[in-house]
Amino acid sequence: MRTRWLAAVLAALLVVSGCSAGSTATVGGGESTLAVGFTAEPQNFDFTTTDGAAIPQALLYNVYEGLVKLDANGEIVPLLAESWQVGDDRTDYEFQLRQGVRFSDGAEFTADDVKFSIERVRTEWTISLASAMDVVERVDVLDPYRVRVVLSRPSNSWLFAMTSRVGAMFSRTGVADLANHPVGTGPYQVTNRRRGDSIVLSSRQDYWGGERAYRTVVLKYYDDATALNNALLSNGIDVISGVTAPDSVPQFEADTRFDVIQGTTNSEVVLAFNNRTPALSDKRVRQALSYAIDKKALLATAWAGRGTLIGSMVPPTDPWYEDLSGAYPYNPARARQLLADAGKQDLDLRLRVPNLPYAVSAAQVVASDLNKVGVTVRIEPLDFPAVWLQQVFTDHDYDLSIIQHVEGRDITTFGDPDYYWGYDSERVRELLADADTGSPQRQVEDMKAVARTLSDDAAADWLFLFPNIIVTKKDVTGFVRNQVSESFDLTGLK
Amino acid sequence: MTVAILRRTAILLASVLAASIVVFLFMAVLPGDPAQVALGVNATPELVERTRQEFGLDRPLLTQYLEWMGGVLTGDFGTSYVTREAIGPQLLDRLGVTLWLVGAGMLVALLIAIPFGTVAAVRHRKPSGALVSALSQFGVAVPAFLAGIVLVQIFAVRLGWLPSGGWTPPNQDPVEWLRGLILPALSLGLVQGAVLTRYVRSAVLDVGREDYIRTARSKGLRPYPALVRHGLRNAAIPVVTVLGLQLATLLVGAVVVEKVFVLPGMGSMLLDSVAARDLLTVQGIVLVLVVAVLVVNFVVDVLYAVLDPRLRAS
Repeated sequence: MRTRWLAAVLAALLVVSGCSAGSTATVGGGESTLAVGFTAEPQNFDFTTTDGAAIPQALLYNVYEGLVKLDANGEIVPLLAESWQVGDDRTDYEFQLRQGVRFSDGAEFTADDVKFSIERVRTEWTISLASAMDVVERVDVLDPYRVRVVLSRPSNSWLFAMTSRVGAMFSRTGVADLANHPVGTGPYQVTNRRRGDSIVLSSRQDYWGGERAYRTVVLKYYDDATALNNALLSNGIDVISGVTAPDSVPQFEADTRFDVIQGTTNSEVVLAFNNRTPALSDKRVRQALSYAIDKKALLATAWAGRGTLIGSMVPPTDPWYEDLSGAYPYNPARARQLLADAGKQDLDLRLRVPNLPYAVSAAQVVASDLNKVGVTVRIEPLDFPAVWLQQVFTDHDYDLSIIQHVEGRDITTFGDPDYYWGYDSERVRELLADADTGSPQRQVEDMKAVARTLSDDAAADWLFLFPNIIVTKKDVTGFVRNQVSESFDLTGLK
Repeated sequence: MTVAILRRTAILLASVLAASIVVFLFMAVLPGDPAQVALGVNATPELVERTRQEFGLDRPLLTQYLEWMGGVLTGDFGTSYVTREAIGPQLLDRLGVTLWLVGAGMLVALLIAIPFGTVAAVRHRKPSGALVSALSQFGVAVPAFLAGIVLVQIFAVRLGWLPSGGWTPPNQDPVEWLRGLILPALSLGLVQGAVLTRYVRSAVLDVGREDYIRTARSKGLRPYPALVRHGLRNAAIPVVTVLGLQLATLLVGAVVVEKVFVLPGMGSMLLDSVAARDLLTVQGIVLVLVVAVLVVNFVVDVLYAVLDPRLRAS
């Protein structure tokens, strides 16, 4: 009797597992459906009042579009603006808008929407990125497809910010419930969401740029790296948007079903020094710590050797990138000497890190390297984001910390003496201001000077740049190597 | 009987009230400012303060608590700081997933425990009985998440028979739903089944020593028919009690299993909300879980009375 019961259960199991294996194993099924796995789920759809990378990752360029976008090489290229001209005094931007563009709620996109969207940033947005629009003096509607933005002073970073979520264009009739019902001009619209599981994007037939390669894109969320990998291995998804367990990459490289794409990001993993504390306010001490840490070995331990050593707050995709990774070659003897010069041989530092895998494993290496030059390091993992944000970021209650800074061109944070680095340099502030108002050539020169100054000052220790590792099934193509914008751009897929 | 029910209801209400206060206070002292977390790394202090006011976090704790409880009593769990959605409907949606998981896990556990526990009891002097006992001993030691990981490796990654995770609502695609439920239910149910097997075994053993079974055997009935006809109902009484107690364990196990299989249930909702300091949502979830456990205990008491007529009188 028992064997019969067991056989029945097994048979049922086989029926259930067999009847749809292969055919609908991919979410939704069908060739025009693509399922992409992510690790961070958007908490809502409103990036005007909710910070974090997850919402623009899903929606920017896919659902929302701006006048300009950042292409795969980090260049600012037209999107909803066909072209633009910058006035001689560098404060006037005149945009010629694309015609025949419609929002997903049916409304036509015109110059009035541009004025509405830009002005709305200052009145309704609550995230800090909104301050990028402070420099806007006014927006003039010249005709339905021409608009002029007047800045109060020249600013190179303004147009760059327009490629980010701050530049997203909103419909005047579509902002009632942004958190739940996003309305944009992009090729996709949100048609379903299951919180804790997935977001379904459907391609719009009335999109100005024509229909996309995939009619449906399912964004699936797995906050566990193993679960994400398993989903691809078991045919649950077609793409891993960003590998968060680098040890698993060889497994995909060895498997002929998959392609592995590796490029760079804007995400610098930084060993932050609290420049305000007595011990670390001495430049020699900060330099000593930089010499003491073997960055190559650290990258191997913390991220399986995948990533780039940068030595500054500039990723290779920024126009002013220089390789400064050789500025502080691993040299424990020099570190000891510098500490002795500063009279700080018996330092005792608190390394307060977020409880995230990369930070915790990097912290072990940092602690052990610093121990070798006589610095005692106490590692304190803090619950992220809540506790880390409060204690390290807001209260500046730390000596050392390790965190990745994901935003584009975030080198400017070193110009803010109140930022958690506690770094205060008149020269860096002047250079940053100069770079923002100057010509593009001037900007490049000044920004290079900022990066070099920060490196000389050892304002922080740049451990490595996070790699962009995408794993796809062989037949999915069109992903770009580098992740330079805030968007996980689905628009170029083939 | 009425008095007993009234007393039980009073206890239930008091427990819920106490739980709500404890949960509320716990969240209040948890380090990390919800407004700061919601706004992210670059928020200005003024903005954080404005958001604190918007969330009502600047008001006295008592006011915050009374307002929350007032809402809950009318079925309004408030609007999440983080998702900007009403919490109530979300809770209901997530509770559905968890109940399917716990229910299916329990079913698997019973399908394992009743036959194997009975076999282990009846053959407790034979090698096969000892083997079942040893296996259940081993199963008890295996955590549900480990069972889940192993099952995923075998049935999803290697064989590709079943999905490695994710959830399809039953009304959307029943086959996909069932396929998605099998592995999570097995990982939860195998471990629970091992635990319950031991209880079933000892319950059946106890019953087997009773006079009425001996009488039945002496009349010529074979061991299994004797048990089924005269013993199982009595053996069920202690097992039902344990089932009720195990439900809390099952809920905890479900939290972990939901994480392994990426199921959008109460467990993953709870963990995400704690990480995001979405206090109102956490309070709502914990309250619902507490009520769920209390209600189950109530049901167990009633079942108890049904199974054992002697208890109905009191």
